[in-house]
Amino acid sequence: MSAILAVRGLQKTFGSVVAARDINVAVPPLQTVGIIGANGAGKTTFVNMITGHLRPSKGTIVFCDRDITGRPSREITRLGIARSFQIPQIFQSLSVFENMCAATAIAHAAGGLPAQLLTPWRAPGSLRQAEAALELFRIARYRDTPAATLPQGVRKLLDIAMAVAGSPRLLLLDEPTSGITIEEKFELMDVVMSALKDRGITVLFVEHDMDIVARYADRVLAFYDGAVIADGSPAQALADPRIQELISGPQLKPATRSAGHA
Amino acid sequence: MLTAFAILTDGLVYAAYLFLVGVGLTLIFGVMRILNVAHGSFYAYGAYAAAVAVGVYFDAGLPAAGGFLLMVLVAMAVGLVLGLIIERGVLRRVYGRDEVVVVLVTYAVFLILEDAIKLIWGPDSYALYQPLGVTGTVDVGGLVLSGYDIGLVAFAGLLAAAGSLALKRTRWGRLLTVVIFDRELAAAFGINVSVVYTATFVLGAMLGALGGAAMAPKISVTLGIGVEVIVLAFAVVVIGGLGSIDGAFIGALVVGLCRAAAVHLVPQIELFVIYAVMALVLVLRPQGLFARAQPRKI
Amino acid sequence: MAPRSIVIGMLAFLLAAAVAPALPTWLVSLATVAFANALVVLGLVILWRAGLVPFGQALYYAVGAYSVALITRYSGVRDVLAMLAAAAALSGLVGYLTGFLLARYREIFFSMLSLALSMILYGVLVKTETLGSTDGFHVDSPTYFGAAPQGGMRLLVLFWLVLACCSLSALLVSLYFRSVAGALAIPARDSEIRLEFLGVSVNRLIHLNLVIAATLAGIGGALAAIAVEHVDPDMSYWTTSGGFVFVTILAGAGSVAAAFVGSLLFELLKSIAYDVLPGTWQIFLGAVLLLTILFLPGGIGSLFMRRRRPEPAS
Repeated sequence: MSAILAVRGLQKTFGSVVAARDINVAVPPLQTVGIIGANGAGKTTFVNMITGHLRPSKGTIVFCDRDITGRPSREITRLGIARSFQIPQIFQSLSVFENMCAATAIAHAAGGLPAQLLTPWRAPGSLRQAEAALELFRIARYRDTPAATLPQGVRKLLDIAMAVAGSPRLLLLDEPTSGITIEEKFELMDVVMSALKDRGITVLFVEHDMDIVARYADRVLAFYDGAVIADGSPAQALADPRIQELISGPQLKPATRSAGHA
Repeated sequence: MLTAFAILTDGLVYAAYLFLVGVGLTLIFGVMRILNVAHGSFYAYGAYAAAVAVGVYFDAGLPAAGGFLLMVLVAMAVGLVLGLIIERGVLRRVYGRDEVVVVLVTYAVFLILEDAIKLIWGPDSYALYQPLGVTGTVDVGGLVLSGYDIGLVAFAGLLAAAGSLALKRTRWGRLLTVVIFDRELAAAFGINVSVVYTATFVLGAMLGALGGAAMAPKISVTLGIGVEVIVLAFAVVVIGGLGSIDGAFIGALVVGLCRAAAVHLVPQIELFVIYAVMALVLVLRPQGLFARAQPRKI
Repeated sequence: MAPRSIVIGMLAFLLAAAVAPALPTWLVSLATVAFANALVVLGLVILWRAGLVPFGQALYYAVGAYSVALITRYSGVRDVLAMLAAAAALSGLVGYLTGFLLARYREIFFSMLSLALSMILYGVLVKTETLGSTDGFHVDSPTYFGAAPQGGMRLLVLFWLVLACCSLSALLVSLYFRSVAGALAIPARDSEIRLEFLGVSVNRLIHLNLVIAATLAGIGGALAAIAVEHVDPDMSYWTTSGGFVFVTILAGAGSVAAAFVGSLLFELLKSIAYDVLPGTWQIFLGAVLLLTILFLPGGIGSLFMRRRRPEPAS
């Protein structure tokens, strides 16, 4: 099985600060990978480099046998990598449905600006797809709510639903459950994971809550000080006392849970 | 050689004028994030008030030194009145609105103030000629310099130094710096941002009026002087970096020298050169030569 | 938001054209200038949706106006369509070129750069003898398909031409707003990052909007130059740009129709103010602008929009 995403010798420095050091990871298709690590360990930097928001200082990123290192994010998106954000990036002045329509309309008007000029904004196909996406992510009852007034959990789901609209092959979720209550975290992840099921999407998600990682990830990458210090099954990684110590500090559960809202 | 010297002196005089006009604008922007189009009116009101008051004073045959003091006092009074009315009466209601909307509010104020000039001082122009006569001229190696110009440059230089020092050394200056740096932080530290805003706006208005008063002897005080000044002031503070006092100083020097060079060498591009420099700075360093770039948050 | 609004708009233009012969000359002449300027405002509405407010849109207005003026001065061409085509092409080209710079900036920096560029043109116009210097120069009347209407007909034909340009522009811009590219302006204002991560180049999108707005401003300037039969550097001065932004705010920047209604209203206000307070009419305008911003943040258009806004949430 060849990897859908292969990262070799990835490095990122900001001045004298090293945010990523020699990261080597190969992700096979359809795997769900949990990324853990303390704040500042380099998780988001890793996601930002893969999605083209940051240009790596060194190393290569290969997606579906194509070198995408340092490409602009919109190009990477078109190749099939989508992402959600720790702070949901949604269109505040539009309703939930209009947000979703924007995402599906862009997906329908593939081919850049000329296609976007010739494709109607309210094409029946993309409207149907938008309705379906709201159902799938269980946010249809917020359909006409202005995005600016949404509760955090719905914002997160909308952000992810919009990212998925373009039918990506690889999806990166940056802290999908941060900023929402513990009870809602599992609910949200259930919705997301069941929506993504059967669509052939490989998922990488950044997460602080070890219970979530244990439940949903096939594999865990543990970051510390910009480097991957553990790479294996959740059971293996989470049982390692060294990981527990470095990632979450000695008093594991309370600390991670209160650090949810970043 | 004489041309180079003339460019230097003309440039410095023009820079002094630009600094006087720009410093209040940049102060208001730095603290309040308001790009104040009405600043041009402060300049015009300062010029008119000084032209009338100081003219009367000199005609009465009173000692000359008092005339210059009166010039400053009149400007401060004008700035105080206009600043208070506009900040308390109008701007206060639009804080928190879009930056561009606030610009338009000041544009509306500008329209009103411009025409009010006609109501207050009539359509005629004023010439304040006495101060130039009192200060005389100085002959430097064949080049005749006006004593008033030398005084203007010295005054602007002193003001720049004093302003820069005051920001860094005095309690009030540090307070302003905190507000410029982070408004929410300032409020959290118990700084009364509302009072700081009023004080800043009034101070900025006074500086604008002072610019006008100081220039009154050198220009024909007539309708439309504020319209011209405001774009020039924009150019100066954009070049230096919106909100930076040191930047306004550098911006004034850059624009002043560029324009003087153009006037002496290629008069056709006199206006062109100012805005070309402004555009160039915006393209290469949009935050201006002196302001810090703000990182984009994700 | 049905095509119904387009039909209503087109009917309104037709109606205006039909009643024009019965209207007093001063009103037709006022409406001619108002609708010519409305094209510039229409461009500002397009940019406003993307969150951009240019303080130097008069740059393209002047480019359009001067293209027509220079054609009548230095060439034998008098055909009005050829003139307009030249003005549109030239202002569009200038918009395209300046767009490479402007599309990279947002907010106040965008406004300031736009201002600087327009003032550069002003500086050039004022100091160049061949371009008429500070006085500008006269613009000859154009011919319409070979015919040169005289007397009262001249104004009427020009008014019809302006209406034709306006209705065509309004139609095209309405269609543009209905396309994906046109609709993405508001998302671009809200979150550029999300758009980029949906695969859209926000800079290219904004560049397109800039070119459209510049072309509209150029046509508006050309028509205005033909209407007043004169061009001068003040057409590129910052106060002209400020006036256009003024109308945009007054109208509320909400829709295509707002540009035309707002512009007509502005010219009427101006002429009333001029009658009531000759010499100090700007006080009146400033007060209107101030009151609009303070009490009608959505502009005059919001008076009508508010009633329509709450759509049934089924």
